[in-house]
Order: sequence, then structure tokens, then C-alpha cells
Amino acid sequence: MIQDQLPMLILAIPLLSSFAISICGRAHQAVAFAMLTGAMAASFACAIGVLSQVVSTGQTIHYFVGDWPAPYGIELVIDHLNAMLLCIVSGVGLLVSVYSWRPVPAEVPERLPGKKVPGRVPNFCVLYCLLVTGLLGICATGDAFNMYVLLEIAALSGYALLALGSGRSYYATFKYLVMGTIGACLYLLGVGYVYIKTGSLNMADLKGLLTAPALMNSATIHIAFIMIVVGISIKMALFPMHGWLPNSYTHAPTASSCLIAPLVTKVSVYMMVRVLFSVFSAAFVFTVIPWHGAMVWVATAAIVFGSVSALGQSDLKKMLTYIIVAEVGYMAGGVWLGNASGLTGATYHILGDAMMTVCLFMVVGAIIHKTGDSSRESMRGIFKKMPVTSVVFLVGAFAMIGIPPTCGFFTKRYLIVGAFQAGQWAFAGALLFSSLINAVIFFRLIEIGYFPKFSGEEESHGHGTHGRQVTAVDEAPLSMLVPMLIAAASLIVIGLYTNEIITGLIGRTIPAGLL
Amino acid sequence: MEEFLHSIVSKYNYWTYIVLLLIGLYAMIAKNNLVKKIVGMSIFQSAIILFYVSIGLKKGAAIPIMEHGAHGQGHQAIEVAAYANPLPHVLMLTAIVVGVSTLGVALALVQKIFRVYGTIEEDEIMEKIGQ
Repeated sequence: MIQDQLPMLILAIPLLSSFAISICGRAHQAVAFAMLTGAMAASFACAIGVLSQVVSTGQTIHYFVGDWPAPYGIELVIDHLNAMLLCIVSGVGLLVSVYSWRPVPAEVPERLPGKKVPGRVPNFCVLYCLLVTGLLGICATGDAFNMYVLLEIAALSGYALLALGSGRSYYATFKYLVMGTIGACLYLLGVGYVYIKTGSLNMADLKGLLTAPALMNSATIHIAFIMIVVGISIKMALFPMHGWLPNSYTHAPTASSCLIAPLVTKVSVYMMVRVLFSVFSAAFVFTVIPWHGAMVWVATAAIVFGSVSALGQSDLKKMLTYIIVAEVGYMAGGVWLGNASGLTGATYHILGDAMMTVCLFMVVGAIIHKTGDSSRESMRGIFKKMPVTSVVFLVGAFAMIGIPPTCGFFTKRYLIVGAFQAGQWAFAGALLFSSLINAVIFFRLIEIGYFPKFSGEEESHGHGTHGRQVTAVDEAPLSMLVPMLIAAASLIVIGLYTNEIITGLIGRTIPAGLL
Repeated sequence: MEEFLHSIVSKYNYWTYIVLLLIGLYAMIAKNNLVKKIVGMSIFQSAIILFYVSIGLKKGAAIPIMEHGAHGQGHQAIEVAAYANPLPHVLMLTAIVVGVSTLGVALALVQKIFRVYGTIEEDEIMEKIGQ
């Protein structure tokens, strides 16, 4: 039946669409965009279907690809956590695919000057589909080696999407490519070491095998664990391995950074959760290897560094990329706290942060689309000029600061409770510090956006009574506004339904053994 | 000393891969020329591929092709030690494909960088960006 095939369809639809677009999408760019959005919508529908299956039956779905039973074949394993991630990835994919109708043709010229090489817009759509396939695959797979392959599919299409910008994007992407390859290779080596010791690659199978005391204390497994954790940390841009992130995201085209910035780091955090608790076990990670405390300190440093660097940026996009570095610190810290509140906060933040990042990046994209500029001054007078965009901006900013009822507040609450339980006062302090810095950053922008012009400039016009110029409303096109509004609404909805999300989805994935 | 030498000789495949891995990593970090960085990246990936291939090897084992059991008849118990482990080799087919595509994307990026900056030396690019 079709319901049984849903897990595979989530992946197959964007993958096959990427081939279809590269064949049919050349006819006209509208065809390519229509196929892209259609594929994303179908994939999102399947993800929702899988989520409702998992929630209604309360059981994990095991899908054997090609009907080869696990642990010999590759299986897709979908529990509550994966199902949520699949919905996030395909949902953000759908929003950004609609959003990119207008900015992509503007920023990615169809023909390069002086050359007759058509089809860069269809190429964008093909790469977009491949990136989403890779990310969805990472979320769905239950096989450690398969995860490496999908990680590289996502990374390679991500490099190409980021390098579609011009000038500095090439060099920034090159650095990302080198760092990303080191990260993925370390993960691959770690998986190799685990394979030497256990002879298995299936995650559920590995978890059973790795609980043997002989293996828990084996030096090989410890080295494997270190390599895997370092490899994933590079991929998720955990400080001090974040160097590739800010430049490559800043210089990329708007639509690419709107898609990649919310998803890639969040999916890497999911990978870390999956590896720590579904390949290794909570007992191994938090008792046998005694350095989760050090990892929380790394996360604390990431939050402080990311926030302070964001404060110093005058470019809006670059400021947001440093906020991502800080947010990765939130999630990594929450995972490594080693208690249920911390992990709940971290997984809930995967959902919340994906939505707020996409929301704010789309706002900045709309401003760039209208003004052609991404500096802080480009927001001058935006409340009058682009009223809808600024409402979205306000909701996103409030979520980032953590003002209830947006979802940012609830994340911080869980993380701080977890930090207190674990006795990590510095981490709790860093969370509060980061909220404060975010408040400074965003209220400064709100101030710039609210006052259209300096009063001095107005007087220089000489007409005292009619000095204030009436700024005409010049809003972004509807295809950009609708996804932005949906993203902003989702931030509030997620916040209002926090309790349901946490008891219904996230609470069921907290592994036994965590208090 | 003898024990140390023994550990090198008996596990020479691991030592080979570690040396290659470190050469690659050194080139990726320390080289100024972007193409040399890519060469380092290739060595780095090849080292991991060699590591995987070497772990499938068994002493005195045959290639993993079964002689009997065709047409669904005559399922015999297989002596695992008699055959090399094919799985790591198959995994590496995928990793080689990944490596080749990474190499392709990296070279394309270097070409673009050269068109923009007119150089592929990292320090000169940094100077031009700083201007």
C-alpha cells in the first residue's frame, strides 16, 4: 500500500524530480520552479503523512530498502524525532522554494555576460532538490555508512548552491569544501573503526553490540567516538571549528543561504543526537567517556563568541551567520548536558531555530531584493516602506531574543533548567548573556527601522512643516511575503503548542538512562 | 624495541594509512597554493580508502565468489574465513565516487577563484580581499 511506501517516497520524490528538472526544466525557468515547488510540496505531504502515522501508532517505522532485511540491507528508521526532522526539512524546503521564485532569477543570471550558457536557474532547482534529498536522507536513514553518503550528497550540492553567488563566494565556499571534507572523512574513519570492532553498520544493531563491556572499554571504540564527534562538530560549525560558516553563508545568493542556513547546521545537530544515543548509548557517552563537561564548556564558548561577534557586524547577513554559530552552541550544549531537560531543549530548539533562522534570512533577503544592500543602514525606514516584512522581522527577532509566546523563550527555559540540574552555571550564564546581546542587536535594528531619516537631513530640505517625507510603501513581491508570513506564524504556533510538541514528540525520544 | 618493530610490521597497513592521512592533512592546512590543498585533500581521502580496503583482507582467503548455490540449489555452509570480506570494498566504491565529485567541485571552484583574483596563492587572494 502507498502508506507503507511513504518513508521512501519522501526521499524518492525530490531525487527523481532533480533528474526530471534537469531534463524538462530547460524549456523555461517557470517550468523548473513549478516542478521544484511541486516536488517539495509532495515531499512535505509525505513527511506529514509519516509523522501522523508515527504519532497515531506510537511505533517506530522500519522500512527495508529493496526488501533486504536489517542488519544486512539498508533500512530507513523513522521514530518521533526523525519524523519531526523530516517535516522541518521538507517544510522549510517548500517555503524557500516558493520564496526563491523572484530572487533567484535576479541574482543568478540566466546567461553569463558574453557567453551563451543558458540554464543556470534550472541548475539551481536541480541542486536544490539534491540538497533536500541529502538532508532528508540523513534524517531518515538507519545505517551509519549510508548517513556518510547522504551527508556528502547534501554537502556537495550545498557547495555548488553557495558558490552560485559571485566574487567572494567562490573562495569562501572553497574553504567550506576543505573543512567539510575533513569533517566527513573523520566521520567515515570513525565508522570504519566501529565496523572493525563490530562487523556491523546498522545503527540499531550497533547499539546492541556496543553495549558489551569489552567494547565499551575498547580503545578502538573510544577513538572512533572521538573521530565521529569531531567530524560532526566540524559539519555543524561548533566553535572553534566554525571558521567556514560566516563567509560562505554571507556571500551566497539569497535563496541559497535561506535554504542552507536553517537546515544544514540543524541536521548536523540531529546527526549528533542520533549518533550519541542511537549508535552509542547514554551510559557510554556520559559515564564511560568523562568529557561531556568539557563539551558543555566548548558550547558555552561558542555562545559567547557567536554573540559577541554578531554584535560587531554591520552587515545583516553576516550578523545572522554569527547568531547561527551561537545557536549551534545552544543545541550542542543542551545535548551534552546529559539530562532530559537539556536534550529536550536542544531537540525543541532544532525545530524552533530552523524556523527563526529561515524567517530572519528571508527578511534580510527581501530587504536585499528591494534595496540591493545588506548593510544595517538598508533597514532605515523599513517599518513604513515594507510593513509586512517588518512584522515578520519583529516576530523573528522576538523569537531569537526569547520573548514569550514565541518558541525561543521555551527553548531557553528548558536549557537553563537543564544547565542548573547539571550544575553547569557558566552555560546558563552564557544563555542569558546571549539573550541580552540578541536584545541589543535587534532593538538597535528596530530603532533604525522605525526612524525613516535623521532629523538633521529633514531640516536641510528647508520646509519645516512638511519636513518629514512620506515614504511610499514598497513591499516585497507576494511570492516572497507569503512564505515569510507562514514562517513567522509558525514561530508563534510552535510556541503556543510547546507542551503538545514536547510531550507528544520530543518526550518520546528521550533515551532511557537520562534523568 | 623489538615489540615496537613487531607492531609496525604486523600492522603495516594501519601505519601506511596514518602516514598518508597526515601528509594529506598537512598539505590541506599548510600549503599556500589552492591546487596543492586539493592534492592534499585527495591524498587524505585515498588514505581512508586504503584503510577500508585493507581491513577486508584475510590471510589465505579467496575472492568472495561462491562456487555453488546457483539456481537456488545446494545452499552450503560457507566458511567465512575462506573468503575476503567484500563489504569494505563495496563501501569504498561509493567513497571513491564521493571523492571524485568533491575533487571536481573543488577544481571548478579554483578555476572560478582564478578568474576573479588572477591567482591561486592563498596569501595573494587574502591581500586582494583585504583591499
